[in-house]
Parts: sequence; structure tokens; C-alpha cells
Amino acid sequence: MSRKHHHVIGKDIRKVDGRQLVTGAPAFTTDFPEKGMLIGKILGSPEAHARIRSIDTSGARAIPGVHVVLTHENVRGGAPWSEARPDLFPRVAYTRAGQDYVEPSPWDFFLLDSKVRHVGDRVAAVAAESEEIALEALSKIRVEYETLPAVFTPEEAMRPGAPVVHDEPEIVRAEDSARNLCASVDVTLGDPAAGFAEADAIVEEVYRLQRVQHAQMELHAAIARLDNEGRLIVICTTQVPFHTRRQIAQALGLSIGRVRVIKPRIGGGFGGKQEMMIEDLCSALALASGRPVRLELSRYEDMNAARSRHSMAIRLKTGAKKDGMLTAIEMTALVDAGAYGSHSPTVPTNTGNKNLPRYRCRNVRYAFDAYYTNLPPTGAMRGYGTPQGTFALECHMDEVAEKLGMDPVEFRLKATVREGDADELSPHIYEVKKENVPEDERIVWRFNSCGLQDCIRKGADAIGWAEKRRAHDAWNAKNTRIKRGIGMATASQGSGVAGIDTAGATIKLNEDGSVALYVGAVDVGSGGDTVIAQIVAETLGIEVADVTVFASDTDITPFDSGAYASSTTYVSGGAALRAAEEVRAEILGAAAEMLGVPSGELRLEERRIAPEGGKGVSLRDVATFLAYQKKVQVEKTVTHVSPVSPPPFAAQFADLEVDVETGRVRVVDFVTAVDAGTILNPNLAEGQVHGAVSMGIGYALSEELLFDAKGRPRSRGFLDYKILKATGMPRLRTIFVETYEPSGPFGVKAVAEIPTNGPAPAIGNALRQALGVRLRDLPFTPEKVLRAIGKL
Amino acid sequence: MPIEIRVTVNGEAKVFRVMPGERLSEVLRREGYVSVKVGCSTGDCGTCTVLVDGEPIVSCLMLAAQADGTEITTTEGLAPPRALHPLQEAFLDEGAVQCGFCTPGMLLAAKALLDRNPSPTEAEIRKALAGTLCRCTGYENPVRAVRRAAERMREGGE
Repeated sequence: MSRKHHHVIGKDIRKVDGRQLVTGAPAFTTDFPEKGMLIGKILGSPEAHARIRSIDTSGARAIPGVHVVLTHENVRGGAPWSEARPDLFPRVAYTRAGQDYVEPSPWDFFLLDSKVRHVGDRVAAVAAESEEIALEALSKIRVEYETLPAVFTPEEAMRPGAPVVHDEPEIVRAEDSARNLCASVDVTLGDPAAGFAEADAIVEEVYRLQRVQHAQMELHAAIARLDNEGRLIVICTTQVPFHTRRQIAQALGLSIGRVRVIKPRIGGGFGGKQEMMIEDLCSALALASGRPVRLELSRYEDMNAARSRHSMAIRLKTGAKKDGMLTAIEMTALVDAGAYGSHSPTVPTNTGNKNLPRYRCRNVRYAFDAYYTNLPPTGAMRGYGTPQGTFALECHMDEVAEKLGMDPVEFRLKATVREGDADELSPHIYEVKKENVPEDERIVWRFNSCGLQDCIRKGADAIGWAEKRRAHDAWNAKNTRIKRGIGMATASQGSGVAGIDTAGATIKLNEDGSVALYVGAVDVGSGGDTVIAQIVAETLGIEVADVTVFASDTDITPFDSGAYASSTTYVSGGAALRAAEEVRAEILGAAAEMLGVPSGELRLEERRIAPEGGKGVSLRDVATFLAYQKKVQVEKTVTHVSPVSPPPFAAQFADLEVDVETGRVRVVDFVTAVDAGTILNPNLAEGQVHGAVSMGIGYALSEELLFDAKGRPRSRGFLDYKILKATGMPRLRTIFVETYEPSGPFGVKAVAEIPTNGPAPAIGNALRQALGVRLRDLPFTPEKVLRAIGKL
Repeated sequence: MPIEIRVTVNGEAKVFRVMPGERLSEVLRREGYVSVKVGCSTGDCGTCTVLVDGEPIVSCLMLAAQADGTEITTTEGLAPPRALHPLQEAFLDEGAVQCGFCTPGMLLAAKALLDRNPSPTEAEIRKALAGTLCRCTGYENPVRAVRRAAERMREGGE
């Protein structure tokens, strides 16, 4: 397919949901209160690891205005929920990770349990007439805990005889819960030992990454109610409405058909809402009380009892020839899963397979072990394990370049992949575990679009790589307090989960030629609804204003796996494109009948159908003809799955200053050159880059969730968990290196996650030039900087 | 015991019955001004920013009772019904809205700035927006949008 002139694709179209957002109209979950709505609250555990010996709720129940108090005593037996005992729920193991069925994540969680596994874990829940009454009720619940010894790091968790976080018999799919091993992978391609043997230089180092948090502005919230026929209706802040519906049904013992999940506008997700955080419990409170219930986490709970990015220690060993060709790479990661295994088999998988294939190397091993600990669960977060691997690998590759005496840019140009190269690792991490994959059995994906070389060159030009590298050395030789450095990193990601992410789209033609578009896809703020509408408008020769987007409601819109893995434009957009093509075929068929011209000779453009150079008919007339003469409601539904996940590529560059007296790092200029295939909406795509970069800079410099020796959170809110403010941002520059990805609608790949991967290593590599020492532990706080240079 | 407060919200005189401990953010949301978002309740995120007598304040840290007798502007009152304020237009044009949760607070912080300084520098815009946290945009497009709105308002005013 070749590029052609587009009327909507590639334009800065305003967001289709923009007006309601700038006017502050009711748009988000808690903007839709129900009449008679109760307020739900959760009692979180003060203990990191304990059994509940006894729990007395009589004081809470006695408070006027308290409707329901639920504890693990309400969760027992196997009988599904019924109206006969509305406060009794089955004890069922499930996962809250919003993934396709059957989830790769272990089923290791219960609605409420007699054991708590992290501070903030669910102990009880109440629903009351007001927030004040609900909070008072929580304070009146008397709990006697039997404190158990706890493990707070993977190193502690793996020790023989360590306390076992999950000793319940119902647990499903954990790797080896008796050893606290949640998930594990070990894949080898080629012969790394032989590769190291032929290397001219070998570098081996360990890189450490902290826990960080999504810190999306809208807190987790849900409103659950029963409709007049007793069906459960849940409006909630979710990236995964269909998975949430299924998991609510599983957790409470309801049929899926009795549950409806509605997603309004979402105030940011970043993966934190790829999780049924509270919808199960909010639903239970509504079923038990028979009243609508709102459950919303506080910022403290959201930050400390919801999800966070997996902390890891990553060991890398690389062999290279003098000319920069790599002979072997071995990457092993030790991963903190936290108390429940949400996303812990898949996030660390990405750490290797979304990074290692970026380098040309035939001998590769990737392995990880993810251990349960008594800290809050880690989970999905923008980049999904990739940023950890990118930090380690890109700092490491700078170290390899340094050992070879090569410039980092020159080295990357030599060692990274190009269009047509094979990716042999990624398909195998899904296919096999713990096996050496013989050459003749390898499944190979190819990079059918790859602009990485151009990204490196254009990004280097934009930041002034060669001149600044020299100028900073000269500056650093003369200046004692402010040191300067420039650094770079390459990055890659995926576009959806290959063969798994599923998206449905329905398009209904109105009799004036406008359309209604129903997608299960979730626009988490990224502009997904807008770009999908652009795809439909382009295909049907109409304007975006002619497309009304409905998304998403499990009763009305077709199934979609949800908004994760950078899938919305590539996968859900793919479904919309195919549905639009089917609608277009119907329109052309009707026009052919009206005009007496074969439909193959007709073109649909600018709301008009005509043969090349001939007399035509308006789309409105064709649509009216279909509706009132042919008596046909044109409506097409398409389900789309992509067998591949083509990676977007990027090169990112940081120019910074460090004050060696205070240890403070200030990023001055940041350039992202990204190949995300065709750019459908430059303004929105650039916004994705900006947000991802700011998150990446926070990861590098200031963000860290901290816990005390008893596993209690020390980051209570935004006062001590520092995300960047408008005044703390450097100049951000974005270069789109457009390629054409043949498997994506209009040649697109994903853009939402990839730019969050490179800032931390680019900054780490810049610090190497500025300080003359290598920092391998994130975040680069003033304290760590001062320690690294021997000033503390 | 509930207290009666008299306030002007978006130009309309209102009487609200509030509890002594109630936050202004809660009362405004309860009364239907749902543009007032609550992202932390500790005064750190700025999503609940409203203008009280023209000054941006985080309404989660102000007791409703303290607002008695004041003039309050929320995002609902930025422009007449069916119209958009130049700031709102510019936020849409520049891609400054992503999830939109912090947008109302940011718009009001920007309005307060432009009301007293129609030609702000980039540093002044960043300073004005620094009280509102945004996790989506990296602030780049919102800063651009405020600059664009200021330009349009200056041109419109001539």
C-alpha cells in the first residue's frame, strides 16, 4: 500500500471528547452520583503480614447510618451470591490483573481474606450514609492480628525457610508459591557461552530500579448499583471494562450477563487502571446493601495500596567485538512482585523481550525470577516492564561503547537493528519457557518498519550531539561546581499484545451519511476515541464531526481487551478500519446501483461517490437510498486481532547540568526522535511523547515509593512523592520519524508508552559525562549523586 | 449544625447550607459544580482550584464556611453557555487536554494569571501552572495553549 493524500489522517484534529473536558461538564465516574447512594470505605491492614485472629464489627454496625460491614467472615463457602443471603459471597481465588482470559497472572487474591499480605491490604469494608459515618464505622472495627514474619525484598523472599506469603491451597498458576516464587522465565537463543568466548571485550554490571507509582490525577473510583431488574451496573475508572465485568462475575459468583460495566471519561490510567482495584468490593457492598454505593480510594490508598512499577535488580553481561558487533548478551532480572502476582509473569517478560531484540546479536539469554513480598503489589504501568530493561540495557551499552572506545551514537548506529531484521526472542518468550530454542524451530518476527537509524541520526543532529559532547568536556575541565553532560538511549516497545489483544468495532450508517461508531476501546485521555474516529472518517470520506463515538459499555459496545500495551490505535483502530471498509463497500454497492456504474470503478471522497472524472452522487443521497428505498440498516461489526506486535523505535537525548555541591540534576534540553509509523494526529501524538518523557524524567530523578522497616508506606501523597511540575520541566522536543507499518491501519504503530523508556538511561549516560562516574541505581537523587562523587 | 453561607458562584447569588467542617470543594461538587475535581484532598495536586475573589485557591483546603460572602468562579463559569473562553479554545487547539482531569484547575490558574498579566512570559506561565499537577501532558502543550490564548485575547482586545 502506498501513501496517498489524506483529508483527516495526519491532521491536528481536536479531541472528540474535548468540549466536555474543557467546560468541566460531568464526565468522570464520581461526577455521576446516584440517588440514595451510600459511601463505601475500606479498612486497610496496619500489618504487613498477619492472620486475622478475630474481628468484631458490632461497634461499627451499631452506628446509625451504617448499612453494611463486610469482612472475610462474609466470604466463605463456594455458593454463588444470591438474594437470599445478600451479604454472603463465595471464597474464590482470582486475579485483579485486567488481562485476557485465562489471565497469565496467578489467581492468588480473595474478595476479603483472613490473612493480610501487605500494609493496606483489605481487612473490611463498610457502606454508610456519608463519608463521615463510614470513617467512624471503620474506627469502631476491632481486629486482633497474629503478626507473621514478613519479607520485604526478593532476596529475603527467596531464602530457604522464608515466611510464605501465599500458603493458601486455592492459589492457581503461581510458579512455586511455597518458595515465594510468583513467576519465572528462562529463554536462550543461540550459544551465549560461545559468544562470550569470541568477544574482544566483556562488560558485566548490575542495575537497580526503584518502585514508582502511576500518580494519575483521577483516583480509583466506582459506583455500583442494581437496576430495576436486579442487574448489577458498575460505572468505574477502568482501562479494561470487559475484563472487569468478567472478574466481578468471577469474584462474586454472578453470571457475566448479569453485570454491566460502563466506562465514562477516565482521568488517566497509565496501567494502574488495567486492574480491577475496587470494582469487586464496591459491587459486593451494593449487592449486600441493595443500595447504590460509591467507593473511591484516597490519594494515600491509591499511592500505597493500589499498584506500582515493579522494582528490579537487572544483571547484564555483554560480549562485543572491537568493531562494535555484539557476540552475546545475557540479561537476568530479580523482580519484586509484591503481595499479589498481578501482571508479574508478563511485566518482567517485557523487560527482556521489548529491549534485547533492538540489538543485533545471535546469542541471547533472558531470565527472570519474580518473588512475592509483603509490600503492596506491583502491576501494569506505562511501558509495562520495558523501562526497567531499557534503563539497564542502555546504560550498559554505553559502558560497552566506552570499553570499546566508541562514541555512544556511533556504537548504536552499528549495533542496533534495521528494517527487515529478525526478532527471534519475542515470539519465544510467549511460546516456550525454560528451554533452549533450536535454530530450526525458531519462530521469527521481522521488523517490517524500522526507523531507528534515522531516529538516532536526527535526534543527535537536533540536540547537537558531537559539538555538545566536545563542548561539555571543555566546560567540565574549567568549571568546578556546575558540570555538564549529554547522553542518549535507544528504545523500543510493542503495538498491542500479539495474537491476544482483541478489539471489536461496530459502525452504523445514518440516513444522512454520518455514522455512529461503537468501540469497546478505552480512551484513557490519550485521544484514542479521536484517532479511531479519524480512521473511520478517512475511510468513509467524511469529517470527524460526522462520526459519533460511543465507548465503552459492556452492554452496548463490542468486546475490546482494553487500553493497554499501546494497543488502542493499532489494534482497536484496526478493527474500526475494517468495519469502515465494510460499510464503504455497502455504500459503493448502493451507489453502483444508483449510477449504473460498476462499484469497482467508484471512489468515495469528500462525501461523494463518483467514477474517475464522471458524474457522481452524494453520500447523503446514497445513505437515504439505502435507508428508505432498500430498507437496509447498514451496520458492520468487525473483530480484529493482530498476529504481530510491531515495535515502535526511538532515540532519546538528554542535555543536563549537575551542581556538584548540592547534587541536584537539572535537565536542560530533551529530544525524542520516534518512529511510531504513520502519525495520525501530530498534536495528540506529541502530547503522548511529552507526558511519557515527563514520567521518565521523574523516574530518573525524583520519584520513589518508600517503605519503613515494617513495610509501612512513607510516601503519603504528592508532598513526599515528587512528580514533575510545570516549572521543573526541561525544553521538550519531538521528532517524528515516520515509517509505514504494513500491519497497522494507515501504517501506524504505537506511540503512548515508548517515550517513557529512554529518559532514565539518557540521563544516566549524561551524568557519566558530567561527573566522570557511572550511577547504576535509580533514582538519581542529590544524595546518590553526592555519594557517587565522594562528597557524602 | 448546618450553617448558611451566601456566595456568588459564576455570577449567580447562592445560599448553601454547609456543615462547619465541610470543605469548599465538597460543597461545590455537591451543588453540581463538578468541574471542581478532587485528586488528593491535601492541597497538593491543585485539581480543585477555583477562583475566590479572583485568586486561585485549592478549594479542598478552604472550609466552605470561610467562603461566606465571596465571589467564586469555577470552570462552568469561564464562558457563557454554549460559548468557550479563549483559554478553552486554545487548550483544544494545542492538544493541551489529555485526560482532562486537571484541566479545569489549570484553566482557572491560567485565567487568574491572564487577568492580571495579559502578556506573560513562558516562565510566568509555568509558575502560574506550577500549582496544578498534570501527569499526562508534561505541561508543554498547556503552556503553549496559555501563550496562544493570551495572544488571541490581546488581539481581540485591540
